[in-house]
Amino acid sequence: MSRPAQSPSRRRARPLGAGRLLAMAIALVPVGAGVALAASQNGIVRPTYEPPKPTVALGEELFNANCASCHGIGGTGIEHPRATAGDISGAGPSLKGVGAMAADFYLRNGFMPLENIHTQPGRRRVLFTRKEIAALTAYVAALGNGPGVPHPQPGGGDISEGFKAFTEDCAGCHQSVARGGYVTGARVPPLQKLGPTEIAEAVRIGPYLMPRFTSHQISDPQLNSIIRYVQWTNRPDNRGGWSIGNLGPIPEGLIAWLAAIVLGALCLALGKRFSA
Amino acid sequence: MSDRIADPVRFIDERTAAAPAIKKALRYLFPDHWSFLLGEIALYAFIVLIATGTYLALFFEPSVAKTVYHGSYAPLRGREMSEAYKSVLEISLTYKAGLLIRQTHHWAADVFMASIVLHLMRVFFTGAFRKPRELTYLIGLLLLFTSLLEGYLGYSLVDDLLSGIGLAIGYGVLLSLPFVGGPLGILIFGSTFPGKGVFESRMYIAHVFLIPALLATLIGLHLALVAARHHTQFRRDRRHTQRRLVGVPMFPGQAPRSLALLLIVAAVLFLLGGLVQINPIWQWGPFEPWLATNGAQPDWYLGWLIGALRLMPSFDVVVGHYTLIPNPFWGGVAFPLLVLFVLGAFPWIERRLTGDRSSHNLLDRPRDAPNRTAFGVAFLTWVFLVFVFGASDRVYVLFGLSYETLLTAFRVAIWVVPALAFLVVRRLCLQLQHADRIEERREEAEQEAEREHAERVRRREPVL
Repeated sequence: MSRPAQSPSRRRARPLGAGRLLAMAIALVPVGAGVALAASQNGIVRPTYEPPKPTVALGEELFNANCASCHGIGGTGIEHPRATAGDISGAGPSLKGVGAMAADFYLRNGFMPLENIHTQPGRRRVLFTRKEIAALTAYVAALGNGPGVPHPQPGGGDISEGFKAFTEDCAGCHQSVARGGYVTGARVPPLQKLGPTEIAEAVRIGPYLMPRFTSHQISDPQLNSIIRYVQWTNRPDNRGGWSIGNLGPIPEGLIAWLAAIVLGALCLALGKRFSA
Repeated sequence: MSDRIADPVRFIDERTAAAPAIKKALRYLFPDHWSFLLGEIALYAFIVLIATGTYLALFFEPSVAKTVYHGSYAPLRGREMSEAYKSVLEISLTYKAGLLIRQTHHWAADVFMASIVLHLMRVFFTGAFRKPRELTYLIGLLLLFTSLLEGYLGYSLVDDLLSGIGLAIGYGVLLSLPFVGGPLGILIFGSTFPGKGVFESRMYIAHVFLIPALLATLIGLHLALVAARHHTQFRRDRRHTQRRLVGVPMFPGQAPRSLALLLIVAAVLFLLGGLVQINPIWQWGPFEPWLATNGAQPDWYLGWLIGALRLMPSFDVVVGHYTLIPNPFWGGVAFPLLVLFVLGAFPWIERRLTGDRSSHNLLDRPRDAPNRTAFGVAFLTWVFLVFVFGASDRVYVLFGLSYETLLTAFRVAIWVVPALAFLVVRRLCLQLQHADRIEERREEAEQEAEREHAERVRRREPVL
């Protein structure tokens, strides 16, 4: 079961993760090789002293404290869920060779850390600071040879090309105007809040059920065009009036019935009732 | 002065001898109850449909020949598309008032269907379908189902992404007809899906001429039959009987009221057309058989068929290696035919069950016929739940209930909820009848007391 994506601005600690992560923090103190760790209110465990610059060492500390329960010490992955310290039965893929791109995508959008391994990862409040994300990304990138963070240039894309490619490769799940929806087994997110880098990362990574598209399938110039189109869907051409969500016939049907009922009520005003 | 009116009238009357008929028409009595106006909403929406549709037909190009768009809309510039889709793009984005008229046409279709359903509910729950009006009722049902087809064709003509997906589903349902499905599909589409150019012109002539002509004829017949047997009426006081109709004459009573309703309906539809966006085809893009969009849906009035296709457990009737009845048959053909049959046969079913074979010019209130009302509500609930499941993916997105859970829940609920609705509504009707009897007795007692009081006053007895 998934939750709607929360906006990053909402400042409310999620109580679910906090207790568990605190317990994990206590259990992991010896692993941290003498580094003092403390759980913050939102459940993230961080060293009491963080260096001013993001370093791989900081990334490793944060990783061991917050990620290793599922991804394993050193990012080797845990195949079968097993109860480890602090009651957390984590399981997660190996992160060797996923590169900076995956770490950047999952962390910067709040996909990770996941509160439950059965939850569909989605956009949530980002729990790490920008510096911590940079440190974690550097650490994960150092685990193996993987792709770096992409730098798309949507300004150079062509919106018509983008609409066509989006319809061919993306709209089947994300809907023509990128409003998302449902596919068997997952909720498809709307894409309006995503930045260019995030879209490019998602296309190349293929998070959760989404297939990944290599540059043979979607070239970098094509990707720029797709991103340009997706950004356009933030404010699509709604020249017909109120867009009712750009969702098509379902909200239209609701409005049609509302109109019919209003007309029926106007008949009440025109004709007589029993009491008259 | 008077000659200026009298002379032309005399001129016409001497040549048509229409005066007696017109006099009769102007004196035709309309029962004075608001619910009789619901059918008129449908009639006026139909008039708006004809008017706006005529304008659209002036610009629409019924051809699937390929062309390239070079118009003003940037996201589609340079895109290959059919002439049909391109012409609707131009209607929507370029031609004067094109989008207003197109959106009004579409809203009018959606409201037309909704008002027919409201009208049908009024007729059903008041028993207006009973002898001698069964034919009127059957023609009304025929109008409803013909309009479904007409709406579907209009939605399909445009050749945008939603049109194509809708046609693909319709084609699948057509093929599911036992024995004749395959040949019939080829016959109608001209080849296998997505069909040849001929199919577009067939849909076009059906949508703009054949079916509207049929609808207009049926509407004429429907109204002629209503007039021939006169309207039904509620029994409001002793003046309303099976043989005496009480109401307002066509003129000067009903005609201004109907005219007002025509203007109101047109105003609401044009307001919707101008203010609320419907089917923005430029956002969907043109159709190609390999393309799809999430959340593709038909217009609301076909949602019950999508719901039935989704709810039906997955099985085919297979004999040896031959698939006799493919699965889409149940939801796409059998379900709507069953609904049509139950509604159509209802007057005769009710007659058989109640043994009441007499004519009825007086209407029942829903509570007066508890079994009919309870059955009607249960039947409506059944169809409505199937309809809601047609939007199950949106229900999932809105409420976060897993699709598989929803599917199981609905497969149970479509039988349990109508059964409960039957029991509750029947009970409710009986209670209301009971309350009516108490009220009657109280009134009788009051009148009795008043009479006694007057009698005592007259006899100069002491008044308590």
